[in-house]
Amino acid sequence: MEPTFQASPSTATNVAVEGGVATASRNNDQPLLSLRGISKNFGAVQALVDVDLDISLGQVTALIGDNGAGKSTLIKTISGIWSPSEGSIFWNGEQVTLKTPRDADALGIATVYQDLALCDNLDIVANMFLGHETMRRGLLDENAMESAAKTTLNGLSVTTVKSVRQLVESLSGGQRQSVAVARAVMRDAKLVILDEPTAALGVSQTAQVLSLIRRLADRGIAVLLISHNLNDVFSVADRLAVLHLGRMVHSGPASDYTPQTAVEIITTGSFVKAGTGAGSTPSSASGEPA
Amino acid sequence: MTEEERGVTDQSGTVGTDAAPPLTGDVVVEGEDLAPAIVEVPESSGRSVSGVLKGALEKVRSGQSGLVPILLGLVALVIFFQTKNSLFLSVGNLSNLLTQASYLVTFGFAEIWVLLLGEIDLSAGYNGAIAGAVVAVLAGIYHRYPWWLAIICGLAVSTCIGALVGTLVIRLRIPSFIVSLAFLLGLQGVLLKILNFDNYQGSVSTSSGPLLDLVNGNLSPAAGWILVAIGVGGFAILTVLSDARRRRSGSEGVPFGVTLFKVLAVAAGGVALALVCNANRGVIVHLSGIPFCVPIVLGILILWQFLLKRTRFGRNIYAIGGNAEAARRAGVNNGMNRLAAFALTGFTAGAAGILYTSRLGGSSTSVDGGQLVLLAVAAAVIGGVSLFGGRGKMVHALVGGMIIAIIYNGMGLIGLDAATQDIVIGLVLLAAVSVEAISRRSAVRA
Repeated sequence: MEPTFQASPSTATNVAVEGGVATASRNNDQPLLSLRGISKNFGAVQALVDVDLDISLGQVTALIGDNGAGKSTLIKTISGIWSPSEGSIFWNGEQVTLKTPRDADALGIATVYQDLALCDNLDIVANMFLGHETMRRGLLDENAMESAAKTTLNGLSVTTVKSVRQLVESLSGGQRQSVAVARAVMRDAKLVILDEPTAALGVSQTAQVLSLIRRLADRGIAVLLISHNLNDVFSVADRLAVLHLGRMVHSGPASDYTPQTAVEIITTGSFVKAGTGAGSTPSSASGEPA
Repeated sequence: MTEEERGVTDQSGTVGTDAAPPLTGDVVVEGEDLAPAIVEVPESSGRSVSGVLKGALEKVRSGQSGLVPILLGLVALVIFFQTKNSLFLSVGNLSNLLTQASYLVTFGFAEIWVLLLGEIDLSAGYNGAIAGAVVAVLAGIYHRYPWWLAIICGLAVSTCIGALVGTLVIRLRIPSFIVSLAFLLGLQGVLLKILNFDNYQGSVSTSSGPLLDLVNGNLSPAAGWILVAIGVGGFAILTVLSDARRRRSGSEGVPFGVTLFKVLAVAAGGVALALVCNANRGVIVHLSGIPFCVPIVLGILILWQFLLKRTRFGRNIYAIGGNAEAARRAGVNNGMNRLAAFALTGFTAGAAGILYTSRLGGSSTSVDGGQLVLLAVAAAVIGGVSLFGGRGKMVHALVGGMIIAIIYNGMGLIGLDAATQDIVIGLVLLAAVSVEAISRRSAVRA
C-alpha cells in the first residue's frame, strides 16, 4: 500500500499539506473515507457514474437505492473487490488505491456480507479469529482468544450469547450477525460495511442488530449500512446517501429526509417538491457534500 | 440523532444498554462493569462439574457429541459377547483384539483427514497396501534394506500417492470420490505389478525381525509399566498445567473436578491395559506384554489430534470443512491446507498398511484394499465423524475401529460365519448414522 500523498478535497485549504506534513492533527470534520468521481463500467454497462461519498467516524451512513442502483458495486469498490474505472478514493485525506480485499483490510475496512461467512461447525471464538488466530509458541492460544472475544462482545453489549464456546450453528440470526460484526470490530476496523444486515431477521432480532450498529458508531467506528428497509435506515442512520441508476442523487443528514421523500428519491431519482420542515434542500450529488 | 437513538432503544428492549466504551483497551475493561458479562449463565456454561455434565448431556441430545452413545454401544457389545462366550474377555483374546483393531483404527485415522474436509479417499486401502508391499520388498531377502529405512520409503511412497490424489482433486476440481475411485482401481494393479516383479510370485513375507514385531511383538512387562507410567504421568502434568492456565485466564469449562476425572480416567485405562497385557496369555509358552502396535497407534492418535486441535493448520481444516468460502474470505489458503490433508491421509494409510502387512507376516496380492478403505470410513463414521466435513476427532476412529474389531472378533468366537458378520457390521453402521441423524434432527426441531 503506497498511498500517494495528496490533499483531499475537504482539506484543500489546510496549510498542513505544505511540505507533506502528514502528522498534522486530524481535522474532526475530515471524513474517514471520501470517494470522488467514482465510475465503474462493466463493458458498455455503467454501474456507477461519477459518485461522490463521504463517510465519517462515529456516524452511520446509510446507502440506499433500488435494486440495480449500484449499491453492491459501490461497496465492492470500497472493499477492494473491484477497482473503479475512474475516480479517486481518499482515506483520512490521503489518496489510496484498493486493488484487493487485502488492501482494504490493511486500512481497516471490514465488510460483513449478507451471508456472513461464518463456519457453523466452529465456536464463536474460532470464528472471530479465523485466519488471524492468536499464537503462543507456535500453537493456538485459546485462552487469549477466548478472553479477547469476550471483551469484544461485552464491549458491544452483545449479551444474549450464552457462551463464547457455543457452536455458531446454535445461534440465532441476530446473534450470528453480532458475531460477524464483532469479528470486524475485534480486528480494529475503522469502517464497517454492513450489507443488508437485517434482511433475514425477525422483529426482535432486527432490533438487536440495529442497536449493535448504533453502538458501533458510538464507539467511534464509521458504519456504512446498506439496507432496503427504510424503517431500519431511519432508526439508526446519521446520514443518507441515495443511489439511483448508478448516480449519487442525494446525500445529507438523515434528518433532512422523511421516509416518504426517501422513497420518492429511490424510485424517481429526485423529489419534486421540498419535503416538510427544515433542511428540505439536501445537497445533491453533483454539488459539494456537506 | 436523538430521534434515531430513541428509535433504537425503543425497539431493542432488553438488549439496549447505554454503555458505549470506546475502542481503547483500558477503557474496555471498565466497559465490562457497565455491560453485563456474556458468560454470566454459569449453570450451562461449565463453571462447575455439574454444569459440565449438564452441558455434555445437552450436547449428546443435540447430536453434537457422537462419542457418549457410541461408548455405551461398545460396552453393550462387550457385555453381549462376554455372556455368549466367556473367552471374550480373557487376556489372550483382549490382546488379540488390540492387534486386530490396530490397523483398522489407523486406516480410520487416515480417512478422517479427508472426511473433515468433506472429501473422501477411496484409494487409501490400496495406498496402504502398496506401502506395505514396498516395505516388505525392500526389507525382504531381495534387497535387505534396514527395516527403518524400508518403512521410511514405504511412508514416502504412500504420502506422495495421497498428495497426488489431492493435487488432482484441488487443481482439476474433480470430486475426490471419482479421483480416488480411479486410484483404487489403478493402485490395485500397481500392487499386483510390485508383487509379481522379478520372481516374487505374488507375495513377499516379513517372516522375522522388527517388521513382524510391529504388531506381533510385545513390550516386556517392565517396559510396558514404564511406558504406561510415562504416558499417564505426562498426560496428567500437561492436563493439570493447561487447565490451571485456562482457569487463571477465566476461560470456560474446566472446573478442577473435570481435570481430576480426565486424569483418573486415563490412569485407569493405562493401568487396565498394562494389567491385561502383562498377564500371561500363552497356552504352551509364557506370553505377555503390551503389543508394540498399541503405543504406535496411540502415538499417531495423540500426534494427529494435537495437530487438529492445537495448530492453525488443524483449525483451517475444520474451517474449510465447515464453510470453505468463509475460510477463503478469512484469508485461509484452502488449496495448500487441503493438499496437506490429502498427503496426511496418504501418510497415515501407509502406516496402517505397514501395520497390516506386519500382522499378516508379509505382503500379498490377496490384500483387499477396497474392503479395508470401506471399513476405515465405517470406523470413522461409526465413531461419529461426519461425511459432510467439519465434524469429528481422531478418537472417533479409535472407538469406531474398536467396535468393528469387537464385532468381528466376538462373532468369530461365538461361531457365526463371515456372511453373518458382514451383515451385522452393515447394520451397526446403519444404526450409528441413524442415531446421529435422529438426534440431530430432534435438535433442530427443538
